[in-house]
Amino acid sequence: MSVIYVLLAISISVAIVFFIAFVVSVRQGQYDDAYTPSVRMLFEDELVDESSEKNNQNRSQTE
Amino acid sequence: MESSKCYHCGDSCSNTAVHFDEKIFCCQGCKMVYEIFSTNGLEYYYDLEAAAGTTPDFKPHKFDYLDNPEIVNRLLEFNEEGMQVVNLHIPHIHCSSCIWVLENLNRLHPAVKSSQVDFPQKRIRVCFTTSEYTLKQLVVLLSRIGYEPTISLEDYGKKKAKVDRSLIYKLGVAGFAFGNVMLLSFPEYFEVEEFWLEQYKVVFRWLMFAFSLPVVLYAAQDYFISAYKGLRSKLLNIDVPIALGILALFFRSTVDIVFDLGSGFFDSLTGLIFFLLVGKFFQQKTYAFLSFERDYKSYFPIAVTRLQDSGQEENIEIFKVKSGDRLIIRNQEIIPVDCMLLKGNAEIDYSFVTGESQAIAKQPGDNLFAGGKQLGGVVEVEAMKSVSQSYLTQLWGNSVFSKNKVSGFQTITDAIGRRFTIAVLSIAVIAASFWLWYDPTKAANVFTAVLIIACPCAIALAAPFTLGNMMRIFGKYGCYLKDTNVLERMAKIATVVFDKTGTLTTSNESSITYEGMELYPEEAALLKTTLRASNHPLSRSLYQILQEHDIQMLDEFTEELGKGLEGKAKDQSIRIGSAEYVGTEQQPDFSETSVHISANNTYKGRFAFRNNYRKGLPDLFKTLKTKASLYILSGDNDGERRALHQLLPFKVQMYFNQKPEDKLEFIEKLQESGKVMMVGDGLNDAGALAQSDVGVAVAENVNVFSPACDAILDGKVITRLSRFLELAKRSMGIIKWSFLLSLCYNLIGLYFAVTGQLEPVIAAILMPLSSISIVAFTTVATNVVARRLTQTIQNES
Repeated sequence: MSVIYVLLAISISVAIVFFIAFVVSVRQGQYDDAYTPSVRMLFEDELVDESSEKNNQNRSQTE
Repeated sequence: MESSKCYHCGDSCSNTAVHFDEKIFCCQGCKMVYEIFSTNGLEYYYDLEAAAGTTPDFKPHKFDYLDNPEIVNRLLEFNEEGMQVVNLHIPHIHCSSCIWVLENLNRLHPAVKSSQVDFPQKRIRVCFTTSEYTLKQLVVLLSRIGYEPTISLEDYGKKKAKVDRSLIYKLGVAGFAFGNVMLLSFPEYFEVEEFWLEQYKVVFRWLMFAFSLPVVLYAAQDYFISAYKGLRSKLLNIDVPIALGILALFFRSTVDIVFDLGSGFFDSLTGLIFFLLVGKFFQQKTYAFLSFERDYKSYFPIAVTRLQDSGQEENIEIFKVKSGDRLIIRNQEIIPVDCMLLKGNAEIDYSFVTGESQAIAKQPGDNLFAGGKQLGGVVEVEAMKSVSQSYLTQLWGNSVFSKNKVSGFQTITDAIGRRFTIAVLSIAVIAASFWLWYDPTKAANVFTAVLIIACPCAIALAAPFTLGNMMRIFGKYGCYLKDTNVLERMAKIATVVFDKTGTLTTSNESSITYEGMELYPEEAALLKTTLRASNHPLSRSLYQILQEHDIQMLDEFTEELGKGLEGKAKDQSIRIGSAEYVGTEQQPDFSETSVHISANNTYKGRFAFRNNYRKGLPDLFKTLKTKASLYILSGDNDGERRALHQLLPFKVQMYFNQKPEDKLEFIEKLQESGKVMMVGDGLNDAGALAQSDVGVAVAENVNVFSPACDAILDGKVITRLSRFLELAKRSMGIIKWSFLLSLCYNLIGLYFAVTGQLEPVIAAILMPLSSISIVAFTTVATNVVARRLTQTIQNES
């Protein structure tokens, strides 16, 4: 058994793993909206935590 | 504080500005949204994009129908174990601030578990717990922060639409195989006699075979299906030579490796299919937030308030309305069925139907047609028909709405494909017969080689890339096309038909002129004061344009519905209204809406409301008339005929008093002598838009509503219509040039094929080279052509 078979097997199985990952991601709908995630990733934790806790009781107003 | 722009929505603040938290707001509504955001730690909304918000325009009873569990169930995507998922369309979504605040909805209410925005479709998917929250509360919350969802009949009972992702899968399969086959075939390109290769080439070749199997069987199946369909209807479309090429590639390669004749053309095979699919993918660009298939359903409400015999109100689904039901229509609600007005002061805005923006006053006993929008107070009506039998909705029963415009149209690619297939087959046969006589062992080789090298990959790519690119350019300049096929049909337009109201005129503003004796200052002041007291839409628009006067106290004010107003102050009296009401002999002029004035029992004059024509129309018609014959079809009477003739002193034929069906038939008749483009806006043009070869819907706001059509044109850029037509024609020119270019590549390839020297490596170089150069050529050419257009647009403005 030549080493080339081992190498071929490895390279093809790696390729197939990536291909399966691609199919799974399409199936989950990750390719349906290609725009929003590009904006979403730029948001960080801008939420001001203290102020929201301080104003927790105010939440009922917004219902 | 120097700026007088509202911190929330960016509108200019007049003297009604509200100061709060060291910021300035144009109204209480905007201030309230700011308060909600700031108390919940969402101020970042304003850091992302300045003044991104909108003034909430919220009416308390608007969503009462969401109390009906049956309706709610139809809207929900998922509803189990205290969890509900709903997918709502919010037209206001327009920037990153919107995405951010809507995805942080759980800050505003803890019952919201997650929310996700789909920006291109302007939709939000919200997941919430039902124990302490309902769909109605969620919708009200969204409306209060200025993101009011539109819930229309279209959403009703719509099952989760199955997204067709097969093209992405196919592209993935082809790309995956293409890459791997390329790697595996690389060694044999160069050193054929090498010891290592000799030993392992069988393994490499069968691996390539294995990789290309799913490509031929799965990724390429559309081409086989299309070719088969074409042949069955005796049409030689472009997919016939493509399918032939694919088959020839696959079987020739298989035979090659079985009998050890060569390495086969698996690299070319997978590459070809990959490139073809990329072209298809590029062409598939769609404007997800626009819908070209809309009918009345997308703007009719889901539910309506019915008055029970006992006098109780209940919300029922619109399809359950029967003839004889008594319904309550509130301010800003759409009338869902043809009905008779029983009680109340109706002001019906038919702008969705006709494009006419001036509201029409109706009295009890009058008939109302479905599609009108009530302005003003609450009215009670009696339904005379069911929803599907109403005047307007019946139009959708016409067969033009189920007709497919694409199927009857031969695209430029298919037209070429026909001649191409015949040429390729005859060359293959001639070359094969020559070799049969000269050297029979090579005949089969030559025959398949011709089919392989002549596979019109580059030709098949020329149209998708040119048209796809052009479509994006159109979109940038305010014309949104349904698909690339529309562009091809546009290039062949011989007749352009315009609707008048709402298309040539703009509903945003109408000009008001005064004709008659000048009013004394006291009279003018009294006029303004009297108008202020009235809620009639005409009074409101008149009030807006009159100069500021001191507001007096009225001693007496009477309003007679459908007739006019009377105001008295001190010793002055004024009557405003219809000619009859103010007591003038003047012949009523039906061509335009007018409001007559008399002061102290003497007739003074009248205010005439005229539709404003869009700017630049004469120029548009001047350039268009050299390209196509022009018609104007209007549902109104011919009162504007003279004004139109003055505005457009060209050979334009005008027809008035056209009903929706008349317009449809008119277009049908015109089509006997060439392709027709219909430019319209209201629901009453829907039939004509569907019948025409290219239906263009003109919209003031492309997000709001437009009837089913092939293209949506922003009302502000209607003057660019002739340029768009010009561009469509140019695109066809570009496609023809790229056909020539790809033909050159084919000729080079044919030389190798016919002389029997086609090596896999030549095919592998020639095929991608021709495809890539075609893509580059079309991209550059479309951009150059489009740049000329943009320069003329910039020069104008």
